[in-house]
Parts: sequence; structure tokens; C-alpha cells
Amino acid sequence: MDYSQFLMMPQEIGLLVVFLLVFLYDTFMPEKSHKGLPLFATIVFGIFMICGFCPVQDGMAFGDMFESNKATWAMKNILNIGMFIVLLQSVKWANSDFVAIRRGEFYELMLLTLFGMYLMISGRHFLVFVIGLETASLPLATLVAFEKKYYESHEAAAKYVLTAVFSSAIMLMGLSFVYGLTGTLYFNDIATMIVGDKSLLLIVALAFLISGVGYKLSLVPFHLWTADVYQGAPTMVTSYLSVISKGSAAFAFFVIMVQVFGAAYAPIWEWMLYAVIIITITVGNLFAIRQRNLKRFLAFSSISQAGYIMLGVISANHVGMASMMYYILVYIFSNLAAFGVIAVIERKTGKVTTDDYNGLFKTNPWLAFVMMLAMFSLGGIPPFAGFFSKFFIFLGAAQTGSVAIYVLVLIALINTIISLYYYLLVVKAMFIRQDECAIPAFKSHWTEKAGLIICTLGIILIGLVSCIYTSLSDITSSLTSMFSMI
Amino acid sequence: MDLTLLMYLIPSLIMFGCGVYGFITRKNMIAMLISLELMLNSADINFVVFNRYLFPAQHEGMFFTLFAIAIAAAETAVAIAIIINVYRIAKNVDINKITKMKF
Repeated sequence: MDYSQFLMMPQEIGLLVVFLLVFLYDTFMPEKSHKGLPLFATIVFGIFMICGFCPVQDGMAFGDMFESNKATWAMKNILNIGMFIVLLQSVKWANSDFVAIRRGEFYELMLLTLFGMYLMISGRHFLVFVIGLETASLPLATLVAFEKKYYESHEAAAKYVLTAVFSSAIMLMGLSFVYGLTGTLYFNDIATMIVGDKSLLLIVALAFLISGVGYKLSLVPFHLWTADVYQGAPTMVTSYLSVISKGSAAFAFFVIMVQVFGAAYAPIWEWMLYAVIIITITVGNLFAIRQRNLKRFLAFSSISQAGYIMLGVISANHVGMASMMYYILVYIFSNLAAFGVIAVIERKTGKVTTDDYNGLFKTNPWLAFVMMLAMFSLGGIPPFAGFFSKFFIFLGAAQTGSVAIYVLVLIALINTIISLYYYLLVVKAMFIRQDECAIPAFKSHWTEKAGLIICTLGIILIGLVSCIYTSLSDITSSLTSMFSMI
Repeated sequence: MDLTLLMYLIPSLIMFGCGVYGFITRKNMIAMLISLELMLNSADINFVVFNRYLFPAQHEGMFFTLFAIAIAAAETAVAIAIIINVYRIAKNVDINKITKMKF
């Protein structure tokens, strides 16, 4: 075996080194220095994140099972940024006595799930993809059950793990049909084998596959777990689930759909995804209106955001891919800002409903300000990054040129207006409504402040610094083999 | 009598259907987990049979099955652990009574 091919996966190896350092710290450091573990893990991961920006060499490894190119490199860096913010925001929470004996496990499991997502992004064989998917979803089930004393946490974990196994069983069934049809599980070989194939078996296989991955993305017919799990899980795990897990699954879904099943785009899966996108955006929006618990509210908002991300997949061109990665980057900053504020307030006061936020601007103006920016960005109000990400993703979809996709973009636009209503309800509660017993003024920990400042800078700057989108666009337009099957 | 491809595929599909049916109708979480195992195993049978009958030159399906079995075992272990935790705190494993969060 040629061991030099491990050099093709520098980011994976770096992540494993971070994991091992955290593990060794957790195992061998004396008891009284364990309080330093969260900060240690955050700093080591931060160093790894900065090193990750060094360019990597393109190519395939392990008998073409693993690919490293500019797009996977950029996507992994985007996930690293989100992961770093989550770790930064969770330092104070992980330092509380409540999670004392399980402090190390939290960080180890988080890093392992990120490793699984790397495999999902880079895998070019369905075996690697499935292993990555399961590595990413199984430790998350245990993380959802992390708040040991709260009943809701266990209920959420039970719902999560049962639906996760159900969806992965359905996806494996779909993969077995693909294998029966083509006799191979390599992405490139399947792509050439299914050219011109419109058999029923392929349709069933694709339906099964889309449902299996759609569960991870919480697209609408498969979304029923989302709100319950988001509400029951610890807020840090919820924010991780809603951005990192969803972003990696979206990228892997794009690769599978476009690179592997590109030949079946027009005859088969374009229409499946078309219907799924419409109901995802609409149902997510309509259910978000009636939520009073902010974590459930953001769960439904993230469902409808997943529908917007899928617009990048259905456009299936390099503009769509670049805008999807850009959308995920912006979504990471806006959603983590919202969850960061919710986590701070929940840790200090235990309140999570919209009515509790009445008059927050009077008592905690900065938190209210960050929350307002996050809501504006999620809703897509112009000066903030959310507007630009929505603009580019609509642009990518419109570039396909077909009338049906124009109708889809129109429906998505109307839904943007609906979504403004419920995003602004939160802003209204904080700024306009008054309350005698508003949340009192408090000081948050410096790590939480740092996380929120990074998010705020991201929301304001990413839309204005145009080189970010340009470089993503350059990266995706250099991928010629990706779009050859469309 | 020679066994043909269909004689394996039809039982495997019936197994899959039983799994889906059981997952939807059963109220006990352990029974739901057993139904899930049926579904996972039927996918494994499909892989092995397709490999054996259609593509006997390579062993890709067999290897995939080995990994899928390991993954299924890990999934079961995690699910059982979580169900035990639910039992400790709620004193039952009936899915109809675990409905504090809904809608």
C-alpha cells in the first residue's frame, strides 16, 4: 500500500490530531485542570481552522474512493468556521458543573461528527459516503441526549435515533437498487452506467435515496423530527444540528445528485426535487408563524431555509453550486448569531419563548441588536448578507432558463415575504413591546461575546466583501467533470 | 431446484415491507427497533444477492454488506442506550406516552 496517499487528506488528519489532543487532555490531565478543557479544545480547533486555509493539492486517493479538490476544501473550511463559533459559544455552558463528568465527551463527539461530515463531502464511493453519514448522525443522537436530567432531551434523542435509523435503512435499500442496476458503487462509474436509463428501478432507487438524505436535510415530507429534536436538545447541539450538519448534507447531496445521477436530471429527479422544494419552503414558513418557543420557531425557519438551499441543487450548474456554498456560509453566521443569543438568555434565565423577549432592547440592548441583525439576515433584508445569498441562489436557479424553474423562483420569492412576517415578530417583541418583568440586564461571558461579535461581523461583511462570492464562483467553474453529465 | 434471483429478492422485499409496517404500527420502542433491523437486513440481503447473481466477478456488494452490518450494530447499540435512558426517566417505553413535545 502506498502510504503517501494519506497526504491527500490533510484536513481529515488535522482534525484527527485535534481529536486526539482533546482526548489525551481529557484522559491524562489531573482532575482540577478539567475546567480548562473547553477553552483548550476551542483554541486547538481554532489553530487547526487557520491552518486549514492552506491550499491542498487536487486529486483522488484510495483507489478513487476519496477526492480532494478546491470545492471540498472550501466547503470543509466553511464548516470549520461554523464549528469554531459553536465551540466558542459552548465554552461557558460546558464549564458548568452540570456537565462536569461528561465535558470531554461533548467535545470528542462533536469532533467525530465533523470527521464524518468530511468523509461525506469527500467520499467518491457510496461506502465512504454511508460510513461518513452514519459517523455524522450517530454521535449526534448521543449529543441530543446530553442534558441527562431533562426529560425533553431524552424524548428528543429517542425520536432522533429512531427516525435516523429508519431513514438510513431506506437509503441503504435505495443504494442496493442502484448497485443491482449498475454493478458498482463508484460515483464516476455509476454516472456513466445510467446514461439513457429511465427504468422504474432507477426511479425507485432515486426516490429512496432522496428520502434518506432528505431526512438529514429535514426537507418537508421527512421533517417531522426536526422541531421536537431542536427543542429538546441542548441549545449548543441544536445550533450545531441546524447549520453544520445541514450544510454538509446539502453539499454531499449536490455532489450525489449532479455528479452521480446527472444523467437522470431532466427525466427523473428534477420533478421530485421541484415538488419537495415547494412544499418544504411553504410548510416550513407556515408552521413557523404559529410557534412561540424560539427553538421550535428556528427549527421551522431552518426547514424553509433548507428549501432555499435546495434551489442550488435543482439549478445543477456551477452558479448554483457556488451560491449554495455561499448560502451555507451566510446561514452559518446568521443562525449561529440567533442561537447564540438564545443560548445566552437560556443559560442566564431559562426563558425561551417569544413573549419572554418583550422589552429586551431596554435591558440588554446589544443582545437585542445582534438578534435583530440575525433575523434581518435570515429574512433577507438588503444591506445584510442574507439578502445577497438569497439573490445569488435565485440567480443560479434562474440561469437554467426553463419556465418551470422561474415559477419555482417566484414561489420562493413570495415565501420570502411570508417569512419576513415571523422574523419581524421577534424584532417587534424585543424593540416595540414593553413588559414589566422583562429579562433583567446581565453580563455574558467573554467567549459568548466573542462568538456573537464574529457572527455580527460575518452578517455585515460577507455580503459587502464581494471577493468571497467571486472566489467560490471561480472554484466551482473550474470543476468541469462535476457537471459533465447534466 | 435452482434458486433464481427473484427467489431471494421477493422475501427480502417482504421483509422490508414488514419492517416499515412494524415501525409505523408498533407502540413499543424495542419492537420498533426490531422492525428497523428487518429493514436494514433486507437491504443487506439485496446487496449480497445482486452481487452473487449479477456481478460475481467483484465482491463490492459483499464488502458493503459487511460494513452495513457493523453500522447497523452500532445504530442498535446507541438506540438501545437511549431507550434505556428514556425508560429510567419516564418509566415506560411506549411511544404513545412520550409526547411531551408535539406540534
